[in-house]
Amino acid sequence: MRPRSAAALIALALCAGAAAQERALPLERLKPGTDFLGADLRALQSDDLGNPAMLWVERGAKMWSERAGTAGRSCADCHQDAAQSMRGVAASYPKFDAARGRLFNLEGRINACRTGHQGAQPFAHESQELLSITAYVASQSRGLPIHVGIDGPARAHFEAGRAAYYRRRGQMNLACAQCHEENWGKRLFAETVSQGHPTAYPAYRMEWQTLGSEERRLRACLSGVRAEMLPYGAPEYLDLELFLAWRAEGLKIESPGVRR
Amino acid sequence: MAARIQVPQQAKRGEPMPVRIIVQHPMETGYRHDEVGHPIKRNVIHELSCRYNGAEVFRADLSSGIAANPYIQFFTVADASGVLEFSWIDDEGVRGSERAPVVVA
Repeated sequence: MRPRSAAALIALALCAGAAAQERALPLERLKPGTDFLGADLRALQSDDLGNPAMLWVERGAKMWSERAGTAGRSCADCHQDAAQSMRGVAASYPKFDAARGRLFNLEGRINACRTGHQGAQPFAHESQELLSITAYVASQSRGLPIHVGIDGPARAHFEAGRAAYYRRRGQMNLACAQCHEENWGKRLFAETVSQGHPTAYPAYRMEWQTLGSEERRLRACLSGVRAEMLPYGAPEYLDLELFLAWRAEGLKIESPGVRR
Repeated sequence: MAARIQVPQQAKRGEPMPVRIIVQHPMETGYRHDEVGHPIKRNVIHELSCRYNGAEVFRADLSSGIAANPYIQFFTVADASGVLEFSWIDDEGVRGSERAPVVVA
């Protein structure tokens, strides 16, 4: 390659990099979901007994060392102590798995472990088992900053997620950005619109009276703008989760959180 | 039905100590309907009690007004080291119980 075209390529790559780093919400203005909660829910989340999500975390801790599937292996048999092996893992998801050639969120990754390494059936979406083990794994990253990779094969998913985020949809004809970028901090009936960062999931939502995944939360927003809810496991949710995680870069994981 | 109990690591003899419990339960109110309009039967923990070294120190009658995964706190006087035994029953007759040790100094 001639030096001049190489230089041009590098310049192009730099431009593309700069464009990708363009943030509608600059990092220093990011606020986690807890900032938009009332004092009562904040207190509940930080109280390890009162936080109802800890019931699921405790169950997940038991599941961690339970053998499953035809391989008769537990999570602990490969990953040993979750406090060490799973520390920070949730903060780096969704993540592209080169070996399997697809993007995984934490739930998907856990199910891939079940089918691939344990020889077990995958857990159903929103099943108590999947929520419990996900909450347990995610809780090992509490207090650690979110950082996801969006380069290489993850780039296409990231761009699809960004497009989904800015696309108007539903009878209300609203995009995610119109609430969570342009109008965060304002009141929507009795609630304060948040910036929409997925720092707490799986989270215990008062509205649900139970623990739920980030995907369930996205579905709730889709329902809120009266858009069609895609089925659980639809790739668009994954893409969106990746974009949201990138958007929340540096915010600390609170899982398992408490939300309204 | 899982539950988590919290008592002070060490209680002072003769002093009141806080006791907290959270029980995993949907607390179905009986006022909701399913997707096709049939009423969902009420299923709540309607009775929960706590024995401290065999003697009942707390009892609650719960009903539809209590949120899922009920969280209860009460105070009892720390008399002696021993055990707190909680037991509860829901509308379907399912019983649960959980115990926690108490250390009094």
